[in-house]
Amino acid sequence: MSEASPAKAYSLHLGVIALLFVLSFLLPEYYHGLLARIMVLAVFAMGYNMLFGYVGLLSLGHAMFFAAGLYGAGLAVIQLGWGVPLAFLGGIACGAVLALLIGLLALRTTGVAFMIVTMMFAQVFYLLILYFATWTGGDQGMVVPQPARVLSFGATSLELTNPTVRYMTALGLFSIVLLVTSAIVRSRYGRVLVAIRENEERTKMLGYDTFSNKLAAVVISGTICAASGAAYALLFGYIGSSFASVQYSILPLLWVLLGGAATTLGPLIGTLFMYYVIDITSGYTSAYLLIVGIALILLVLFFPKGILGSIRQRWLGWLP
Amino acid sequence: MHFGPHLLLAALEGLVTSAVLALTALGLSLVFGVMRVVNVAHGEFFMLGAVLAWAITTAIGGHPALGFLAALVIAPLIVGAIALVAERLVLRRLNYNPEATIVATIGMLYIIQQLALTIYGPEARPVEPPFSYRILLPWFGYSGYKLSVIATSALLLIATWLVLTRTKIGLIMRATQYDSETAQAFGIPVGRVYGGVFALGAMLAAIAAALIVPISQAHYLMGQDPLLLSFIVVIIGGLGSLRGTVVAAVLIGLSDGIISMFFSPTLAKIIATLLVAMVLVFRPQGLFGTASR
Repeated sequence: MSEASPAKAYSLHLGVIALLFVLSFLLPEYYHGLLARIMVLAVFAMGYNMLFGYVGLLSLGHAMFFAAGLYGAGLAVIQLGWGVPLAFLGGIACGAVLALLIGLLALRTTGVAFMIVTMMFAQVFYLLILYFATWTGGDQGMVVPQPARVLSFGATSLELTNPTVRYMTALGLFSIVLLVTSAIVRSRYGRVLVAIRENEERTKMLGYDTFSNKLAAVVISGTICAASGAAYALLFGYIGSSFASVQYSILPLLWVLLGGAATTLGPLIGTLFMYYVIDITSGYTSAYLLIVGIALILLVLFFPKGILGSIRQRWLGWLP
Repeated sequence: MHFGPHLLLAALEGLVTSAVLALTALGLSLVFGVMRVVNVAHGEFFMLGAVLAWAITTAIGGHPALGFLAALVIAPLIVGAIALVAERLVLRRLNYNPEATIVATIGMLYIIQQLALTIYGPEARPVEPPFSYRILLPWFGYSGYKLSVIATSALLLIATWLVLTRTKIGLIMRATQYDSETAQAFGIPVGRVYGGVFALGAMLAAIAAALIVPISQAHYLMGQDPLLLSFIVVIIGGLGSLRGTVVAAVLIGLSDGIISMFFSPTLAKIIATLLVAMVLVFRPQGLFGTASR
């Protein structure tokens, strides 16, 4: 792998953010709304990529972190009447605490056991949401009331239901997370994570405490996913148990695999691509899960590095 | 009804669950034990078995026992063939890499489930039991068919155990499980063993489904619960340990039957799943398994 030059990488990231900003004024209404949703979900994928791409830990339970943010923020507004900024932070805090707890337990295992353990914890989380249906709304879900979804700064107030505000908020979150994750993976700490992925025993022998490094990665990853979930609840106004189901643990894996694991922009490309494929095919068939299944198998068979991973390997070695 | 008979009924229901679970979990355990592949699509092979059993009994018609026996033989064979094709086309090309195979079997799960929904439809359809004899106990009548499911499953488990421990095929499988490279060096066709084991695992799930379908109906989403329960059984029993699998299946089936009768089924699932996750975290070799690797 050739050394990525920081200037090129940063200008690429800023270019992508600028492009998304300009698109806000050009896209027709339907795609405008879709892209806002995709950006929020791409944040979920970036959080997943942090753990899967850079540390090489394949979790099958990340829906619980997304759902922790979703319910943490949503229920804070619905049941406790908190304001939007506080609820958003509350959602993130829920995800961070849950990630710390799950990390402490699940990181005692490796490989296949790690996947099964994360899947089981996520399943417990999902069942708990169903069990406490009186507070969470169960599988019916709940709507976050429109009047509560307002950001107010002194005299001015921004309604999150307004499409432009929604798009810009999603873009803001996306940009922050993109810049933060690319800074993390470029840092000394990020390199330790890659070293753990490549050879954990050797990293341990070089004197690094691999457990606490991995634990920190789980917490960062879970926190980012929770931020995505919290934003989703506040921007789109719906919380439901389906967001905690196994399917939502598998989707970020699919997005990251498709876009390219361990690339900073892969999660966005993967989410975007998958959403449009589903959007186009759903015009012809309702069986979009079939497409997901076929995509997963073709990806692991022929493009294990994903779109950006393949591009980086063949042409652009500097791609972040 | 008093507490005693109530408990007996719960235990009988639990034993039926255990019987089916033991067969399904054994399939999962064999595939993991020999191939080191976590087959997430295992539940879908179970569902396929049930759906095919419905299709076969409907196609044959006539006396229910005739259709049922045909289904019990043909459905697993078809499912085994499908599994074999999937193994040849996908898993072998992935070199049985544990993480890639998990992703691939998730893909298979979605494909099989969607195809079942498209072709078979969203309805739950019943299969008539081969006989409807009721055994009269002093407190309640109990379906003779359910008891025969327990007996059939026990026979099949004993047969599998005999094949594994007393025949050459079993010896080859165990050798591959123990050390596939050395086995290959001794002329064992490891690739073919893997294909066979994957098909056998799927067939066991299909047999279990064909047995249960006269009791619970065939539905395209019915593979989810058996998958999770099989994981639980295999983990508690210790991966690759046949005795552990059976003991754990009886334990899980009985407790599931009893807890769900007296408490909420969701709560029962939460407790069971959490317990298993903890077993995996603190005792990865399972409660009965010996430390491997």
